[in-house]
Amino acid sequence: MSDFWSIYIILFVVINIAGNAWILFALRKNPEESVEEGEELAHEFDGIRELNNPLPRWWLWVFAGSILYAIGYLILYPGLGKYPGVLGWTSIGQFEEEMAQAEARYGPLLKEYAAASIPDLLDDKRAVAMGGRLFANHCAACHGSDARGGKGYPNLTDGAWLYGGEPATIEQTILYGRNGMMPPMGAAIGGEEVVTKVAEYVLSLSGREHDAELAKLGEPTFKTICAACHGPEGKGNPMIGSANLTDNTWLHGGSVETIRETIRHGRMSKMPAHIDLLGKEKVHLLALYVYSLSQPESSESMESR
Amino acid sequence: MNQPNQSNPSSVNPSPIDYDLRVVRQFTVMTVVWGIVGMLVGVIIAAQLAWPELNFDLPWFSYGRLRPLHTNAVIFAFGGCGLFGTSYYVVQRTCQASLFAPKLAAFTFWGWQAIIVAAVITLPLGYTASKEYAELEWPIDIAITVVWVSYAIVFFGTIAKRRTSHIYVANWFYGAFIIAVALLHIINSMEIPVSALKSYSIYAGTVDAMVQWWYGHNAVGFFLTAGFLGMMYYFVPKQTGRPIFSYRLSIVHFWSLIGIYMWAGPHHLHYTALPDWAQSVGMVFSLILFAPSWGGMINGLMTLAGAWEKLRTDPILRFMVVSLTFYGMSTFEGPMMAIKTVNSLSHYTDWTIGHVHVGALGWVAMMTIGSTYSLIPRIFNRSEMHSVGLVNAHFWLATLGTVFYAVSMWIAGVMQGLMWRAVNEDGTLTYSFTQALDATWPYYVGRLLGGVLFLTGMLLMAYNTYKTIRGSELASTDNTAQAA
Repeated sequence: MSDFWSIYIILFVVINIAGNAWILFALRKNPEESVEEGEELAHEFDGIRELNNPLPRWWLWVFAGSILYAIGYLILYPGLGKYPGVLGWTSIGQFEEEMAQAEARYGPLLKEYAAASIPDLLDDKRAVAMGGRLFANHCAACHGSDARGGKGYPNLTDGAWLYGGEPATIEQTILYGRNGMMPPMGAAIGGEEVVTKVAEYVLSLSGREHDAELAKLGEPTFKTICAACHGPEGKGNPMIGSANLTDNTWLHGGSVETIRETIRHGRMSKMPAHIDLLGKEKVHLLALYVYSLSQPESSESMESR
Repeated sequence: MNQPNQSNPSSVNPSPIDYDLRVVRQFTVMTVVWGIVGMLVGVIIAAQLAWPELNFDLPWFSYGRLRPLHTNAVIFAFGGCGLFGTSYYVVQRTCQASLFAPKLAAFTFWGWQAIIVAAVITLPLGYTASKEYAELEWPIDIAITVVWVSYAIVFFGTIAKRRTSHIYVANWFYGAFIIAVALLHIINSMEIPVSALKSYSIYAGTVDAMVQWWYGHNAVGFFLTAGFLGMMYYFVPKQTGRPIFSYRLSIVHFWSLIGIYMWAGPHHLHYTALPDWAQSVGMVFSLILFAPSWGGMINGLMTLAGAWEKLRTDPILRFMVVSLTFYGMSTFEGPMMAIKTVNSLSHYTDWTIGHVHVGALGWVAMMTIGSTYSLIPRIFNRSEMHSVGLVNAHFWLATLGTVFYAVSMWIAGVMQGLMWRAVNEDGTLTYSFTQALDATWPYYVGRLLGGVLFLTGMLLMAYNTYKTIRGSELASTDNTAQAA
């Protein structure tokens, strides 16, 4: 803030507070020499008259008190332009202080857990519960309170993984995020007719009801083009997060129309990175919780969540 | 109805004045109509919050589109028509002069109605400048400016041709409201059009937020407070037949109120990117604002104080007493919520919604309803409202509705604030957002019940108003004679 604006602010604040104090002070006593306290004033408007009553004393003192409080506050805290206040308080300072307190209080426990491996922590109910609460506040908005996801948001309980379900992979996914990208293939594979055939073939991969004739016609296209990412058998590739098309798990929906739409226009999915938001230690607990969701032996801790 | 009808000895000109009441009648009837529309939309969105299925997957019927329609309709259509109508009436009566530029006054009526209709169409269609309480897009913003400047010309023109020596206190407040709203609207709506119905604010980032809440809080301060204090300063003494308690208090609280309100906006942006100095200044001025706000309540209640016995027979006075009481509650609550430590609990919770509605239902709507019941017989030359019993029923519905609403939101808001900040031994948050939302659900239903009660009262008012206007006219009237 430049000196000009600092002085500008101070001037206006001081003038406004002083103006209020002045009018209150000026009218604390009867200013109308001709009219006694409590008497009617000479003017009348449409039959309405006005009394010359004094300001209620308690009200006057409340007003004066609030002005004094304001002056005191502006001496102690920042407010008058660049003047920082006697206490040297800043909101960023308060934030940093509270964060440091939290670190001192909760840091040791987090560090202890961060040093342990996720499989080792599976039986530590406290650690899993901490992860569960972190999940409820940071992940549930997309993946759902029950972690079963929704259209476009993976179900984390079914054991099907786009990028792999190893603890380290889950941790990697939460820390750095993922960008899922299925390119729009409609035009590239030869238009709507081919899209229909390939969609039938995709349906056939997971043993769903399909038109066998059309599927057969779609197979060559799949094997030459789609297989580049999804593999010749359509089992996907966790290295690049391409979907396994044989497990009957559908992120964006498994109806024939939705599959056609996916082929035609592609899909973009984004899992945001959480390293800056939560830090590695909390992500470790989150990964533990997410990992626990698809581990049969930990079903108990899931229910007690 | 109580109509003190004594002649005015200080008047200079004894010739009768032909008050322009047509525009007053029009605005008064539309106050009732828009009240019902605005509150009905409020009831719909309250129901949508409790049962999201009621959005019906229709974009134009969804909460996000209807919520600004609700706020615009109740503030600017219902409250606005109430202020236009009563101010045109009050300024004529207390200045003993007919309206300056009556054709321009008629233009403000049709212009304001056209603006409201434009809002009713564009907001559900999703055209929005996305500034709270200033959502209307740029062509409508320009229309508002034109109508508002016309309003100012009519109002201040009438004051200029007054036949009284002084300007009555009600007109100070109406005048401050008109000038400040012009200033607020023009500055906050500075935007660059990019198409016929889309524009972008010329402000960016934190400055945009600060300008928006400077506007937003002063919309509360000048539209919803100063304007309705003007209404109060005429209709309370008129209805009680008592003199104003303290002229001196009027002076002090008027100047301090309009001086300090302008500074209070930053309390909407506590603990944000707004610089610390601005937050501090916003907080201390919000605290100083408490006494000036209560000045109006004290003057109103003390004016009523000599007429307590009339409360037994006059439900219109009950509206006014309860309105002033809610005004006192909400102007105590406001400065308290502006304190940073309290705000850290209340901010972003339904407590804010409760606070706003103590003001909007309890103060603004109750004062408008009471004044309108007082005004209708006067401007339509009737002895009184068709049914005083229905006015009384309306009073109880409105009071209970406000209480249900406010109590539901107070409990919900404080509970949300406490649940959001609850921390476990291990440093994790105790509750998820969904859990807090779940816990809020019964209070959303309670709030809906309050809204339904309040709306039912407005329907009684519409029926009563219709029957009063259709009823027989008085033979003699004071609309021209009393001015002498």
